[in-house]
Amino acid sequence: MGSITLSNVKKAFGDTVVIPSIDLEVNNGEFVVFVGPSGCGKSTLLRMIAGLEDTSGGTIAIDGQDVTDLSAAKRGLAMVFQSYALYPHMTVRKNIAFPLKMAGLPAVEVDKRVAAAANVLNLNDYLDRRPGQLSGGQRQRVAIGRAIVREPTAFLFDEPLSNLDAALRVNMRLEISELHQTLGTTMIYVTHDQVEAMTMADKIVVLQAGRVEQVGSPLDLYRNPRNKFVAGFIGSPKMNFIDGEEAAKENAATIGIRPEHIELSTESGRWKGTVAVSEHLGSDTFVYVNVDGVGHLTARVEGERPVSHGDTVWLSPVAGRIHRFDAQDMTL
Amino acid sequence: MATAKSNVAARIMISPAVLLLLAWMLIPLSMTLYFSFLSYNLLSPGMERWIGFLNYEYFLTDPAFFSALTNTLILVLGVLIVTTIGGTLLALLLDQPIWGQGIVRILVIAPFFVMPTVSALVWKNMFMNPVNGLFAYVAKSVGLPPFDFLAQAPMLSITGMVAWQWLPFATLILLTALQSLDREQLEAAEMDGAGPFSRFFHIILPHMARAITVVILIQTIFLLSTFAAILVTTNGGPGYASTNITYLVYSQSLLQFDVGGGSAGGVVAVIIANIVAIFLMRMIGKNLEA
Ligand SMILES: Nc1ncnc2c1ncn2[C@@H]1O[C@H](COP(=O)(O)OP(=O)(O)OP(=O)(O)O)[C@@H](O)[C@H]1O
Ligand SMILES: [Mg+2]
Repeated sequence: MGSITLSNVKKAFGDTVVIPSIDLEVNNGEFVVFVGPSGCGKSTLLRMIAGLEDTSGGTIAIDGQDVTDLSAAKRGLAMVFQSYALYPHMTVRKNIAFPLKMAGLPAVEVDKRVAAAANVLNLNDYLDRRPGQLSGGQRQRVAIGRAIVREPTAFLFDEPLSNLDAALRVNMRLEISELHQTLGTTMIYVTHDQVEAMTMADKIVVLQAGRVEQVGSPLDLYRNPRNKFVAGFIGSPKMNFIDGEEAAKENAATIGIRPEHIELSTESGRWKGTVAVSEHLGSDTFVYVNVDGVGHLTARVEGERPVSHGDTVWLSPVAGRIHRFDAQDMTL
Repeated sequence: MATAKSNVAARIMISPAVLLLLAWMLIPLSMTLYFSFLSYNLLSPGMERWIGFLNYEYFLTDPAFFSALTNTLILVLGVLIVTTIGGTLLALLLDQPIWGQGIVRILVIAPFFVMPTVSALVWKNMFMNPVNGLFAYVAKSVGLPPFDFLAQAPMLSITGMVAWQWLPFATLILLTALQSLDREQLEAAEMDGAGPFSRFFHIILPHMARAITVVILIQTIFLLSTFAAILVTTNGGPGYASTNITYLVYSQSLLQFDVGGGSAGGVVAVIIANIVAIFLMRMIGKNLEA
């Protein structure tokens, strides 16, 4: 079991209120991702769940049991830190065995569990090395190994992949997702990379300035963002926002269209503009267009399109894919 | 900078400094060695003659030598134990966020800036004096007879004074080591179920091992030659109860005017210091490797 319930949780550092009030339900076995811009309180929230940070108000419950005043050690959670936080003077084996040793498990059992974790994470060749002698990806795996041996009720990850290069990040992303499938344990994962959020999550929690903007499945947030902030945060490239006359035509203060929902034509269409930059990725082409009276728009078209700087193009939104927002930035 | 030419140039450039340093060290050392084989007393000038190892024989068979050797080791070990343990505990305390942290830190460092002679005199006259001292006053006020520290427990008293003087040094170095520990490691250990004691012994202490080694090595060098604290408090007494090797050499050559015997003692002291250094490096030197 590993369900986590936050009710009316608050956090203030002295006079600065970082989290005004948050209610959140994490179901057993779910992969929940916290996303949001830098400084919005993701790490703080995670650390409060972990028990590393006191709550200024409200309650945190794990499996229905109030743990708000329980120490980190007693909550039965495991955390993977951004800096890995491996113990530099211990070998990989000792690092992974540390939580078991602290729990007072017999040596035979410790060895068995360390071996099992090393197998799952492909760490067998490195067990007798020190963390200083490992690559970033290997260190990350050791940190995960140290978390899984304890068989915690839930895993907490704080931007675990942000120190890795792009290729390794994709790999580790898959490995963590696979681990979640195998173990079936609840995981809470903090990131500000919305691709990680979209690909890994069962449920995404979008945070801004300590408030929950929206909670939902990745596609739910993609299709039905509750407000302009969520609409702009989820999806890559970012959604185009148009206000003024064009928005008024749709009876909205602002309208939003995702780049992939814009059709590009060299002959005719709704908006006429000039290509500023076109990025050819092979599978897709991102075209940045200056449209008179509307502004900059980004279009994403499939395949290789032979447009380049200075070309005149026409853009038209796909019918039914226009998001409308009112003056308070809420979805209409 | 690593070409053959630049290496030759570098050697030529530093040679004057090296030569000066060599002369600076070699001349006194060889003169000490030379004197140690002479019968050379300042009270009978012009009577110097070569007597071989006789000075060494006298120095090493002198009953004072053995007690001086033990006293030296007691002093060094005692001060090391007090300062490393006390320094670690103080560093742990000073690392806590407390009100007036800056001032408290300066107060803790202060004893290091007091000259050894001054601190020893203050301890001797204001604290340990059996008539006027603060300790005697406290003892009398609770109805106990005053304790004459320097007469009845001279080594313990001197160890205490020297430890008081060196505690700030140890604290300062250990505090910087403590502050360089990654907080996330401690948090990770906390999540891993380690209580305060486990965290201290498994995470904090290994992290501080190198700093503790440095503290021990540096202090040993200075403590082997402790002199001022003994000179101004007990003069090595009662008897030889608080004479260490350095003080014995002093009393040989300057109180008895025996330059030959003093030189032999000096050479013996150098040899002892080297033996201690070898032992120390064997025991804790591996902590210094990266
Ligand atoms: N100890 C502290 N004292 C005062 N303010 C703090 C403290 N720790 C964090 N904050 C503030 O709380 C806010 C949220 O910080 P937090 O670390 O949770 O952000 P984050 O969402 O994890 O950002 P990032 O994506 O950059 O890691 C920030 O504005 C930060 O300045
Ligand atoms: Mg953070």
